[in-house]
Amino acid sequence: MTVVDYAFYAFAVVTVAAGLMVTISRNPVHSVLWLILAFLSSAGLFVLLGAEFVAMLLIIVYVGAVAVLFLFVVMMLDVDFAALKGEIARYLPLSLLIGIVLLMQLSLGIGAWIQADGALGLRQAVTPAVDQMENTRALGLLIYDQYLLLFQLAGLILLVAMVGAILLTLRHREGIKRQNVLHQMWRDPAKAMELKDIKPGQGL
Amino acid sequence: MTANDFNTILPEFVLAAFALGALMFGAYGGKDKVAPTLVWATSGLFIALALFIGLTGTGDRTAFGGMMVDDAFARFAKVVILTAAAAILLMTQDYMQRWALLHFEWPVLVTLSVVGMCVMVSSGDLMALYMGLELQSLALYVLAAMRRDSAKSSEAGLKYFVLGALSSGLFLYGASLAYGFSGATGFAAILSTLGQGAPVGLIIGLVFMLSALAFKVSAAPFHMWTPDVYEGSPTPITALFATAPKVAAMCLIARLLHDAFGPIPGQWGQVLAALAVVSMFLGAIAAIGQRNIKRMMAYSSIAHMGYALVGLASGTAEGVQAMLIYMAIYVTMNVGTFSFILSMERDGKPISDIQSLNMFSKKEPLKALALLILMFSLAGVPPMLGFFGKFYVLKAAVDAGLVWLALAGAVASVIGAYYYLRIVFLIYFGKESEPADSTMAPVQWAVMVAVSAIMLFGIVNLFGIEPVAAVAAQALVQ
Repeated sequence: MTVVDYAFYAFAVVTVAAGLMVTISRNPVHSVLWLILAFLSSAGLFVLLGAEFVAMLLIIVYVGAVAVLFLFVVMMLDVDFAALKGEIARYLPLSLLIGIVLLMQLSLGIGAWIQADGALGLRQAVTPAVDQMENTRALGLLIYDQYLLLFQLAGLILLVAMVGAILLTLRHREGIKRQNVLHQMWRDPAKAMELKDIKPGQGL
Repeated sequence: MTANDFNTILPEFVLAAFALGALMFGAYGGKDKVAPTLVWATSGLFIALALFIGLTGTGDRTAFGGMMVDDAFARFAKVVILTAAAAILLMTQDYMQRWALLHFEWPVLVTLSVVGMCVMVSSGDLMALYMGLELQSLALYVLAAMRRDSAKSSEAGLKYFVLGALSSGLFLYGASLAYGFSGATGFAAILSTLGQGAPVGLIIGLVFMLSALAFKVSAAPFHMWTPDVYEGSPTPITALFATAPKVAAMCLIARLLHDAFGPIPGQWGQVLAALAVVSMFLGAIAAIGQRNIKRMMAYSSIAHMGYALVGLASGTAEGVQAMLIYMAIYVTMNVGTFSFILSMERDGKPISDIQSLNMFSKKEPLKALALLILMFSLAGVPPMLGFFGKFYVLKAAVDAGLVWLALAGAVASVIGAYYYLRIVFLIYFGKESEPADSTMAPVQWAVMVAVSAIMLFGIVNLFGIEPVAAVAAQALVQ
């Protein structure tokens, strides 16, 4: 066992344990914190695999942005998590049974799993060897060159998500006074205000 | 991106560019006021592209390193998809406008969904396939929930989304097993590693992928979402669900199985045969108790998907040809039937109750006759076109040695005929009561009459679809 092996086991155990805690911890805010730990230790696993760019991405995007957003959402939403948990407990025996059956079936499948003769070659043919090119460059070549079509299609999918969110939530309400910044800035004091000299004892 | 790559995906590119342009035009050019214009422009573009693909497409080419394939099979599917989507857009416009659903996003989302469908049928790689599938489904989830103030519509959208996400997860898991075995995501590369037979791990992956795709075509036992989503969504959206996406998903199954797993038909044939039998019987039996015509059409579509799967289960070029013919006829019948369902209303409200069709023939003899032809055709009564669809499919099964499957199909079609004929009975001999109104825009009326005429006169030569489907099937099955 080298240091790398020890590091692998440390990260792997922490990832699995944190993943478990995400699902069973009582407080949803704690769940999100456990999730962050799971992300961080997965990033460690990526570094061990030699995928340092993905590891940094995981930390920056998932821990830095997504998890923080999660935290906000969890704190803003007024969901009674205790009641939800109670609901889950009712179905626990059945779901455990299904889970165990599924796990056994999958392990049977994975136990009998083999790799085709040419698979290793096919897998390596996509990217240049690790020692020839650094991660970021290789990823760039893949995403923006070889997989350009997939990249663009992913963009379209995100566009659909955006259009859908707007279509389903945006409501134009009539008869509301909205703030118009330009209108306010172009207001002319000379026209907005009128000074009148009123003689004492007379009305307007 | 070379010129060849670009030419191969030209239809998808044009559609995507149009969708982006239309979105901008809608957002800055007057919002929902421009929606009718956009609907007309979109359907015009669909028809033009269908003509372009159908008339100029030749040969067999791939692009982006085999990620996209343009062959006779893909072109057949694309022409059917584009035509169906154009017909749906045109005939639903009046309904959308009357019930204040005509947002400018509707044609845009349909276009993006059609882009996804086109990518699905011409994908040559698991990743491209998945991208197409998600693009298609995501747009449809949004459309299902489009009537925001209706709880049923929101429920339909949410249900469709959650179950669709689950099926996407299943598909990805299966795809990862296939990748783990073969080391590649391209169909051709997966095919090249199958020389030594298929190990259990790969079969499990294949079954996962098939389950997910069975969900998309709503084949039993992955059909649970279909009746609720069909009933809850606004009727124009239901009409869309029942037509173009079904063709895309069915052709996708054919493409995946023949292009990537062609040498092991024994492994997937039995899965498809089981799905087909369950779907045919469940669709036929469960539809009998339905009181809502949209729910009935949902079960009807489940049964029809069973028949199309019979064609695929035979694993031959003849079977693929039968499936293509079946899907083309199925889509035509559904477009016609939904053009009628869209028009059903009472007291100025859209309805979908079957009992409201009582004695409809007294009120509107011509529409009643057209509906009679459509129902006979859906049931598969011989002189109508629907019979030939079933005939080709069952013949392909018999020729492939699956006599039991063909027999099961024949029995299920007799059971299923009951609920189609019950509608005909209600129209002509039902209880004396006030029948529903039927307000049709000219386009809707033209579509319904045209489809009925096609069902009746298609018997002559099936409008020449048979040789075209044969060429398409040959391109896929080598």
